[in-house]
Amino acid sequence: MPAAATAATTVTTVTPATATTAATTATTVVPPIAPADAAGPELRRGVHAVLREDVYALLGSLTAAVAATAVIFTWLAPWNDPIGFVACAYLLFLVIYRITLSQDHDRPAVRDRMVGAVVTTLALVLFGTMADVVYFTLVNGRHALGHLNFYTQDIHLTAPKDPLTKGGILHAAIGTLIEISIALAITVPLGVLTAVMLNEMPGRLSRGVRTIAEAATALPSIVAGLFVYGTLIVPFGHRSTGLLRTGGLAAAIAISVMMLPIIIRAADVVLRLTPGSLKEASYALGAGQWSTVWRVSLPTARSGLTTAVILGTARGLGETSPVLLCAGLGRDVNVNPLHDPMTPLPLAVFSMIRSPEPGMIQRGYGAASVLLIVVLVLFSTARLLARRNRSLTP
Amino acid sequence: MGEGLCGNGRILFSIRFRPQGGPVSGAVVRPPAGTVVVPDPASGPAAPEIRIRPAHLRPPADKVFRGMARGSGIAVLSLMTLIGLFLGLRAQNALSADGFKFVTTQAWDPESHNFGIAGVLTGSVLIALTAIFFALPLALGTALFISEYAPPRWKKGLIAAIDLMAAIPSVVFGLWGFFFFEHNSVGTTRWMSDYLGWIPLLHLRVDTNADDVGNPLASTSYYTGSTFIAGVVVALMVTPIACSVMREAFSQAPLGEREGAYALGATRWGMVRNVVLPFGRGGIIGGTMLGLGRALGETIAVYMVISMTFKIQGHILGKGASSVSALIALRYGASSTFAISALMAAGLSLFLLTLVVNFGASMIVARSRSGAESEA
Repeated sequence: MPAAATAATTVTTVTPATATTAATTATTVVPPIAPADAAGPELRRGVHAVLREDVYALLGSLTAAVAATAVIFTWLAPWNDPIGFVACAYLLFLVIYRITLSQDHDRPAVRDRMVGAVVTTLALVLFGTMADVVYFTLVNGRHALGHLNFYTQDIHLTAPKDPLTKGGILHAAIGTLIEISIALAITVPLGVLTAVMLNEMPGRLSRGVRTIAEAATALPSIVAGLFVYGTLIVPFGHRSTGLLRTGGLAAAIAISVMMLPIIIRAADVVLRLTPGSLKEASYALGAGQWSTVWRVSLPTARSGLTTAVILGTARGLGETSPVLLCAGLGRDVNVNPLHDPMTPLPLAVFSMIRSPEPGMIQRGYGAASVLLIVVLVLFSTARLLARRNRSLTP
Repeated sequence: MGEGLCGNGRILFSIRFRPQGGPVSGAVVRPPAGTVVVPDPASGPAAPEIRIRPAHLRPPADKVFRGMARGSGIAVLSLMTLIGLFLGLRAQNALSADGFKFVTTQAWDPESHNFGIAGVLTGSVLIALTAIFFALPLALGTALFISEYAPPRWKKGLIAAIDLMAAIPSVVFGLWGFFFFEHNSVGTTRWMSDYLGWIPLLHLRVDTNADDVGNPLASTSYYTGSTFIAGVVVALMVTPIACSVMREAFSQAPLGEREGAYALGATRWGMVRNVVLPFGRGGIIGGTMLGLGRALGETIAVYMVISMTFKIQGHILGKGASSVSALIALRYGASSTFAISALMAAGLSLFLLTLVVNFGASMIVARSRSGAESEA
């Protein structure tokens, strides 16, 4: 103990920061002996300590790298690209940081810090880019979002050059609503019942269904659209020969084909987590299989099932490619899914931003923002519901 | 395993359920009906399911329920099989007409029987590989950051944020790629093609005017609509999925071995390298392949960004790219039955490719899970 104390005092004269750490190490080497029975529940030691000198090394290297890059870019190299600037500064930073660290750490510690820096950067890049994607859409959509008529009108009377005070996305919102309702009406009963079957009746059939559902999640969404288009709308090469017209019902079927495997797989995982003891208790009380499923399995897994359905819905709302082939491009409000084109929101975005007129492109951004907000709100709801019952979520 | 005790604690009967923890179908115990439970201790853990009540004694509600459940299972099975069957049947028309030329032709002109997937399928694979080139380090780094480096109280929020990213509609990524990224990446793309052109895929041939190679004043339109830009946009779309699979695998690395590594004096990186990464290897490979499968099938964002070509494009930085899904989106309006049949054939080939990739991924993920985990 005295030796450690003198070591600490000698270090104090050099740098205060290392002295503090040395002193702490010295005290932790010899812990105070406490009576074993008097000790409370053992606290978990944090291994995430941040040392002051590390922060200095990080900030210093960062400053040096940015300054050096600024010099290179303004005086030495005629190259003024923001991505290039960041890349160059980052590479310089890694080199300088490594040199700085090797001043007072051994090689494993240096490598540890370097990896930490790279991993943190990768996470920052991902989160930053995603934030930029969302920000870019919302910022460009704000012009259209500010007008009330954007939500209450369709665009069948809107000329391409009309200002934003005319025309809106009501037709697309209604189209999306109707199509997703039909798709949910098909997929929820079928999907949940199939997931129940997978869990209640193990056997050859359920193994086959499980394999097929897994294979179907690999089906590219455009191929699902092409299937509906090629078999239900134009089986013989003409629009009049098919069972269906281009429109809401065809689009809803295409979305269902895509959503069904997602819902089945998510619901299957949730139902499998239902505690077996609850079901056994129900059987022991004399309940039949149906009442056990209806009164025990499904209520226990309710929040997880809701999450499964919402996940499928978010996916179905956001998909553009299957509806591109099946929904058709309409410009006015249409509430009949059997007749006439019924454009959902993603398709409206797609068609609007392909217009050369800036006003139309701004409407496209507005519609994309609405779509983004709806999907994100749905998804957050799913997360909240999932949190309420943690053990039973996929 | 349930055990019935009578008053003095003697075991009267015991029910052995199927040991896999799987659902017990038909194993209905109803004491008033005179339960006769025959435990079979000799057969051990592989004991077959005991049917206490024969099928004809089931209550009518159960019969209806079992019928409906089986019906929905069969409906799903037949629906999905039907899709595969129809795709195959309709594609047959085009495939039999042109035979092996379908695989080697680099053009899409079904009316004159000159079409093939050599160009578009290569394009799809190139875009997916570019996407994975960016998505793999991003997903791996973010997964490691969330599971190992981030402060514990951030963890929940970060996981939720990754899941939210996976839900962003693809048309939004297309918007970002087309209006934002394409303009802002021209400088970097030009630099890469000028100075890194010796790397095979980055070599950019500008056919129209040889003087433009390496010329800083060459038109920026040579660098738009390329495989590279589509790959970056698709990378952003598949990273969250790959990342969440990897994070899940990392979080299963056992605590005892982590602390053992620390106790032996490992730094955090030493612990990650020797414990977390070996445990998560299956998750890394599986997540990457899952992302690859998604990247192959991505349509709308790719269609918005690229300028379509049907030739094999060896240079990923230059204008012109191709993908099977974009081809379908571009040509579905073709009026003849034969043209749609040709598109079906292209779609089928893409489906088979993603199917192989996805099954490979799920096999690797499933194999990497140890037997200690009963769920999933």
